[in-house]
Amino acid sequence: MAKILTKQAVVPNIHSMVVEAPAVAAQIQPGQFVIVRADDDGERIPLSVSDWDAAAGTITLIFMEVGGTTGKLAALKAGDDLATVVGPLGIPTEIGDFGTVMCIGGCYGIGSIYPIARALKARGNKVITVMESRSSFLLYWEDRFKKVSDTLIVITRDGTKGYRGHVSRAPEIMKTLGRPVHRIIVNGCTYLLKRASDMSRPYEMKTIVSLNPIMIDGTGMCGVCRVTVGKETKFACVHGPDFDGHLVDWEELLQRRKTYIVEEEIVVTASRCEDHHAAIREQRP
Amino acid sequence: MTEPQKKKLDLNRREMPKQSPEVRRFNFSEVALGYPADMAMAEASRCLQCKKPLCVNNCPVEINIPGFVKLIGEGDFPGAIRVLKEKNLLPAVCGRVCPQEEQCEKTCVLVKKGGQIAIGRLERFAADWEASQGKAAVPDIPPATGRKVAVVGGGPAGLTVAGDLILRGHAVTIFEALHKLGGVLTYGIPEFRLPKAIVGWEVEYLKTLGVELITDYVVGKTRTLADILKEYDAVFIGAGAGLPWFMNIPGENLNGVYSANEYLTRMNLMKGFLFPEYDTPIKRHRKVAVVGGGNVAMDCARTALRLGADSKIIYRRSRQELPARLEEVENAEEEGIVFEFLTLPIRYIGDERGWVRQIEYLKMQLGEPDASGRRSPVPIEGSETLMDVDAVVCAIGNSPNPMIPATTPGLQIGKKGNIVADEATGKTSMDRVWAGGDVVTGAATVILAMGAGRKAARSIHEYLSSLLLPIRFSAFRNGSISSLREAARCRMRSGGRGGRKPAIFCLTLGSARYDTIGRVHESQHIIYGHHGKTAPPKIRVITESGGCCVCRKSGFC
Repeated sequence: MAKILTKQAVVPNIHSMVVEAPAVAAQIQPGQFVIVRADDDGERIPLSVSDWDAAAGTITLIFMEVGGTTGKLAALKAGDDLATVVGPLGIPTEIGDFGTVMCIGGCYGIGSIYPIARALKARGNKVITVMESRSSFLLYWEDRFKKVSDTLIVITRDGTKGYRGHVSRAPEIMKTLGRPVHRIIVNGCTYLLKRASDMSRPYEMKTIVSLNPIMIDGTGMCGVCRVTVGKETKFACVHGPDFDGHLVDWEELLQRRKTYIVEEEIVVTASRCEDHHAAIREQRP
Repeated sequence: MTEPQKKKLDLNRREMPKQSPEVRRFNFSEVALGYPADMAMAEASRCLQCKKPLCVNNCPVEINIPGFVKLIGEGDFPGAIRVLKEKNLLPAVCGRVCPQEEQCEKTCVLVKKGGQIAIGRLERFAADWEASQGKAAVPDIPPATGRKVAVVGGGPAGLTVAGDLILRGHAVTIFEALHKLGGVLTYGIPEFRLPKAIVGWEVEYLKTLGVELITDYVVGKTRTLADILKEYDAVFIGAGAGLPWFMNIPGENLNGVYSANEYLTRMNLMKGFLFPEYDTPIKRHRKVAVVGGGNVAMDCARTALRLGADSKIIYRRSRQELPARLEEVENAEEEGIVFEFLTLPIRYIGDERGWVRQIEYLKMQLGEPDASGRRSPVPIEGSETLMDVDAVVCAIGNSPNPMIPATTPGLQIGKKGNIVADEATGKTSMDRVWAGGDVVTGAATVILAMGAGRKAARSIHEYLSSLLLPIRFSAFRNGSISSLREAARCRMRSGGRGGRKPAIFCLTLGSARYDTIGRVHESQHIIYGHHGKTAPPKIRVITESGGCCVCRKSGFC
């Protein structure tokens, strides 16, 4: 059981939750994740941790509402309990003296790239943060990033803020920086990870991506999170979640993430209709 | 009247009632229904009560088998369960999933005549009888020794260690990575073979004994082993199974190819068969092929069948070599699982959306015996064939859990990623750390894990008893001689091997102001000294020979 201290929608469909988890907060490092269950019948899903306060014993989770379980999570309020918060899991993101590092975050990944940027900055790296979203109203935490970035770049799909387009514009952006980028770290949806890796491949720039396959236990027991990296099968929960983006078999990962898409739809549609019908029944005299 | 004739050998092994195959293949309820009381008594009274019971020798946890069987025969069920629980805290589980035909029942003297006593079924009967009474009898627990033991992993090995050590007065905390206790009993073995209510009942029993249970806690991640060792006197690692094995053939990462661990975890721990009532989805496949021939493969195939699939087992050797229990193989056959023997998958073929659609396999023939003594399968050239499927479950085993090996420098790790531990004691290369179960041996059985836990618990207890154990005597506040003597005897009983070894202990008085170090000898004389602070005068009186075991000085220090 872990108590939710605060819960809010940071932008439409993306939620932030501060959760009491002292054991996790005491140990966690940038790039690690937790497994969460919303309630006792709940599914176990991995969520990146976007911030923490070891002294207060809290962690901050940023997640996007996409299906049944994230829907349940989004419906919870401050004061409610999560049935499970276990971690920190996975290998932390490597924080070294790289020189100049470009941190790219999209949707929920804007949150999870934040502690990585912060740690890289503290280590003495030059940090270029790239925030990508569909539109300006989906951007969040800009003020936080300003404090930990040497340069903050915004790309929106519709051009309502910063550069117009998506992450494939990064090379031309890099040219304007006037300094070489030594490493790229990407957090976000699988498409962003893939696009960013495709973007940097011709330039042979080391690109680290934080993969997000389906998981159950998160401790290397079930094997559902397997991904092919450099022709080898890896288990993202214990060997990752960070991998070299140029070696990942993206087609396979995208396919495997869709395994339960039909069931996901059943949950989303079925539960909403039932709720709706129940509400109507209640209104009837 | 003549002397009663010597009892005639009754070789009629009573069959346990089961759900019929036609019915059970459509439900997840338990297959075997258990003996009714009269049948259990009839079966139990067939036991010859051997003077030197061979069955006990072959039991990894050394249950007094003739003892409990006799009591069942006499209708003394509470007595039977008491005898069982002296050695086995999980009788309802073991009665169901132990391979008795390989252990106790194999060495029953009646086995030659085909009438071995159904020990497992009787064990199960006694345990179920107790559960049906609604309340488990709690044994006396000796006074707290003040020593703390951390158990990593709440599976069969860890639960056994916890139960054994709590009954010897040590404080025990179990750290479980998942949200439910039980390990493989909970996530692995299906409901129809081991109802989860029974696992819950046995875990609850440990809780009533005073074991502290902490779920959602991954030792190695949430806290390192080194950190745990700072707070606990000893640690037992029973972290269980790890990365599932695959065959490294093309197409294994297609959608619809599962590891047995994933398939079973979705079903059992996450209750996938109740989706969408429970949130974790499971696919209702039509044609499922399970690769492997062990108990886990049987569990997967029978699960798939109950979800409405045509379910096949693909095994590279023949029926004779199947490593699964015969009982499980027969159950699977009765339910309509099709066995494809001498078959080896070499490739999985997917459709354009990345779902597995076909298996390409080779037919095999049996050649010379291999290292395991079984005839090794040899592929028949040119025998490649295709089989239509829409799901494959790979049940060929797994490596030990990597969490602790990967995060504990200084712990000796074997070639297969297993923790290296002494077979007789479970002692690892690290001071104060023991290990047992799948994390040491790789995939094995529940009872072997329990046996390893039992050995480790014994060794841990010996170690803890060799320490100066602080004991808190509330009864000793007044410092009366008899209460100290009684407490010392108590330590004698729980200390060392059956009390023969001198136990050393430290008395901490109620107020904890006096640290008095005492020592109990075989004579049950109390030798004592004290360390640092002054002992209250009343204790001195009882000293029959002096000497402080810490200061090594004779007389009082």
